[in-house]
Amino acid sequence: MGSKQHDAIVVGAGHNGLVAACYLARAGLKVLVLERNAYVGGAAVSRSLYEGFTYSNCSYVCSLLRTEIIRGLDLAQHGLQIIPYEGGCTMMRTGEHLAIYDNHDAMRRELARHSRHDAEAYDRYVRDMLRHCRFIKPLLLRAPPDPTSFKPRDIRELLFLGRHFGKLGEARMYDTLRFFTMSCADMLDEYFESEIVKAHLAGSSIIGTALGPRSPGSAYVLLHHYMGSIDGAVGAWGFARGGMGAITQALAASLTASGGSIRASAPVAQILVRHGRATGVVLGSGEEISAPVVVSNLDVRRTFLETVAPEHLPGEFLQQVRRFKIRGSSGKLNIALDGLPHFPAIPPGSPCTRGDMHITDTLEMVERAYDDWKEGRWSRAPYVDMLIPTQIDPTMTPDGKHYMSVFVQYCPYQLAEGEWTATRRQAFGNTVIDAIARHSPNFKDLILHAEIRTPRDIENEVGLTEGNIFQGELTFDQLLFNRPIPGYAQYRAPLKGMYMCGSSTHPGGGVMGAPGANAAHAILRDLGRMQ
Amino acid sequence: MSRGRGRRYDCIVVGGGHNGLVCATYLARGGRSVLLLEAAERLGGAAVTREFAPGFSVSACAHLLHLMPPALRRELDLARHGLALAGDDVPTTALDADGRHLTYGPRDLSGLRARAAADAESYATWQAQLRRLAGALHPVLSATPPRLGTGTWRDRARLLGLGLGVRRLGRTDMRELLRIGAMCVHDLLEERFGLPLLKGALALDAVLGTNLGPRSPGTVMSLLYRAAATRGAEVLQQPRGGLGALSAALAGAARAAGVEIRTGAAVERIAVREDRAAGVVLASGEEIAAATVVSNADPKTTFLKLLGSEHLDAGFVRRVAQLRARGVAAKLHLALDRLPEFPALGAAALRGRLLVAPSSDYIERAYNHSKYGEFSAAPMLEVTVPSAADPQLAPRGAHVMSVIVQYAPHTIAGGWDAQRERFTAAVVDTLAAYAPGLRASIRATELLTPADIERQFRISGGHWHHAELALDQFFMVRPVAGAAQYHAPVRGLFLCGAGCHPGGGVMGLAGRNAARQVLREAA
Repeated sequence: MGSKQHDAIVVGAGHNGLVAACYLARAGLKVLVLERNAYVGGAAVSRSLYEGFTYSNCSYVCSLLRTEIIRGLDLAQHGLQIIPYEGGCTMMRTGEHLAIYDNHDAMRRELARHSRHDAEAYDRYVRDMLRHCRFIKPLLLRAPPDPTSFKPRDIRELLFLGRHFGKLGEARMYDTLRFFTMSCADMLDEYFESEIVKAHLAGSSIIGTALGPRSPGSAYVLLHHYMGSIDGAVGAWGFARGGMGAITQALAASLTASGGSIRASAPVAQILVRHGRATGVVLGSGEEISAPVVVSNLDVRRTFLETVAPEHLPGEFLQQVRRFKIRGSSGKLNIALDGLPHFPAIPPGSPCTRGDMHITDTLEMVERAYDDWKEGRWSRAPYVDMLIPTQIDPTMTPDGKHYMSVFVQYCPYQLAEGEWTATRRQAFGNTVIDAIARHSPNFKDLILHAEIRTPRDIENEVGLTEGNIFQGELTFDQLLFNRPIPGYAQYRAPLKGMYMCGSSTHPGGGVMGAPGANAAHAILRDLGRMQ
Repeated sequence: MSRGRGRRYDCIVVGGGHNGLVCATYLARGGRSVLLLEAAERLGGAAVTREFAPGFSVSACAHLLHLMPPALRRELDLARHGLALAGDDVPTTALDADGRHLTYGPRDLSGLRARAAADAESYATWQAQLRRLAGALHPVLSATPPRLGTGTWRDRARLLGLGLGVRRLGRTDMRELLRIGAMCVHDLLEERFGLPLLKGALALDAVLGTNLGPRSPGTVMSLLYRAAATRGAEVLQQPRGGLGALSAALAGAARAAGVEIRTGAAVERIAVREDRAAGVVLASGEEIAAATVVSNADPKTTFLKLLGSEHLDAGFVRRVAQLRARGVAAKLHLALDRLPEFPALGAAALRGRLLVAPSSDYIERAYNHSKYGEFSAAPMLEVTVPSAADPQLAPRGAHVMSVIVQYAPHTIAGGWDAQRERFTAAVVDTLAAYAPGLRASIRATELLTPADIERQFRISGGHWHHAELALDQFFMVRPVAGAAQYHAPVRGLFLCGAGCHPGGGVMGLAGRNAARQVLREAA
């Protein structure tokens, strides 16, 4: 029984757990991170699942990782290199396409090719989106206030939010209120007229989400995916060199350099509680490790319904945890290719295949894909987010060969027809591959290996409930002071010494690191160890 | 300019819908000289009773009264002006495909208790909480929405009042309100109830009149909105003589207050002189002067047709053009030669409303079609047989069936002319599954699609609420930011209809709020 005393234990070495651990270690705490899998990273990993090929087999692109965190934890020194990718496109079944350019003028010209009106509207759209990004950015690295509380800290935070909102000015305040409550489709209708433009932009509003582009609140999800930046370029996305694992490897290195330690293959069976306090954990092997602070990187359901004995938690709290919605809606294919697929819709020499590629004709197609999910089916015409990072990052595959990451909406966790069998998984994979092949005649011939992941596979491997990439839906009832539970939105569990640091907390998911940083901040404040 | 009758009024109210009538009455009581102009021959807008087949009459759109606060009715003395009830506190029956119908009312949960005891318990808890939340929200409906960022004492006071009202709910209710306020009703129902039939019925209440499905965030808000109107009382009533009788009573109250009413007087445009409203010009060419013009027409009609975009800045015109007001509810009227027979349903149930909404998923599927300009062969229905309690609506022994149908898109693939028959057949087939002898008993039908409603009641888009009820078109931004306090950007022009706060339904609060705003502001 017992190992040497640690000041804090972090359960789960996902990126948020590692970020939280890094900040705690830097503040002088002796931190131990415990990870169930043999490798760290959670869903931000690079896995070699086919000989010679490295896959970013869960998360696949980087944008949301907070610059403050990259700098604050010296991640570049520890090997992290993010290469912004240029371009992107949406291909239509007609052979037409919409190319995406970083260069604003090139983008306008491309839009004008489809619609003059939309080219004009684009400036207004970008300007408005940037304004929304600027509004939300300061809120990401702050704990939400409790609006029902009279504590000075909460009142101050509410006043801060009020003033921050007020600074927008009357007209902009209404715009913001509307933006945050609208559907992506209605929002885009206020700028653009052409279907392909709207279909392309709407993709970001549904990634990882059990909503459709016509669902109110999906405009916020679009913003959630827009508000990242690379090197100060807001909205830019990039590849981590070596795959997404490079991020968590850099975090692990930063942690060790600060004196923290990590144990892999060490699944935590339970968080130990005595007299209403967390006192440590017990591993699956029976080994007990004690610490006065226990931080869970698991999602809120896994944390409180599986890792803490129910008698230690208020009944009403448990009821609310059970209500917290974590819905699997995404699938993934990781494909090893013998060469670069040809996409006839894209003009030769165009850089737009080096970015995110999509195959959608209309917003209606995307909405219908969502309708399929509601019926417990994978989408017959799925929305895909396809990237071939090896065009820019040579480290992941042998020369001339490529890795394609395909993120798919929608794919249900539970099929209406029954369980996910190997046959059904293959059928799902075939639906996606067939859809892509319609736009690329040589695609199927190039496939050396395809890993097909349903929400259940993601859950089993990574520990994300229902394979939900955000550790919980990003809907109003689960955002800000409601995330994950009203009254428990400030990283503290209902047990002394116990905290939450995963994406189930504000500001939510994506490889952001903000929940981890905010949780560490809360812990250090409680310990009187503020820097 | 020619003065027509030579009289200048303090206020002209354009449109004699229920909000216009209410507004005119309060203006007159406030000492103003008021002229109300209605284009149709009959007052009431869409709240009218019409003969749709020889001897058969029906309420054109809404067929039950439940949102008009009792206090407002008392203030207007509607009983004295002829409003009587053929049905009071009528039950709701959720029809079940297997005949195991569920009948319930706000005070009668015995049917629910017998069917699903746990749900009955949950329902009672939910009702109690809904009443508390509705109680806190009710004052919001009866007040002009505050403006943000003005720094005026009035706006600050209103915002503070709103905040305090919510705080006074106490921690648990306040947290729940903040949590569920923008949630989708499907999720709320999943949390609290188990019986699909009950969840379907409650989901219907949330989506009726909206362009949303049960899984759309914002549908709990519409439920709260309904509840707030009557502080959660949820009592359904059937006026004797249909909704037209309500409008007649409102007209009586208006006349008693001194309002001059002219029907058959269509307003062509609002006259503007030196940047302020100066009166109206009728289709006949007659000009009538007034210091204040209050429009009961929907916001798009008011700003883009009656006023004209030349009087508004481009940004405002764009916001009005983008206002979503696509009608989504159709009305089917059936003239029956006998009382419809729903096996296993008692007579009392037929005097209430019958719902075809067997589950939340059923409604969501019906909604899915509307997103693509289609209609579902399995529509969501709210049915009444008003002649059961009010025999004057049909010849002796014969009956009227009044059906609200969702979802019927305003613009349908193929066009409504081509689709009317199929649509009607789909509704009748759906009903016939519950009432086997129905088809044989039909003597006549009338279908009002959103396009018909647009034409006949002069509502842009044919939407009963003048503008869609959605979070981003609600409260401080209803109908658009900059015109949410009833006054238009042009001085002397106001709006008083469902396109304003608090929204639609036969409520009357928009009219009263607008009148109060006019009395506060206009000379």
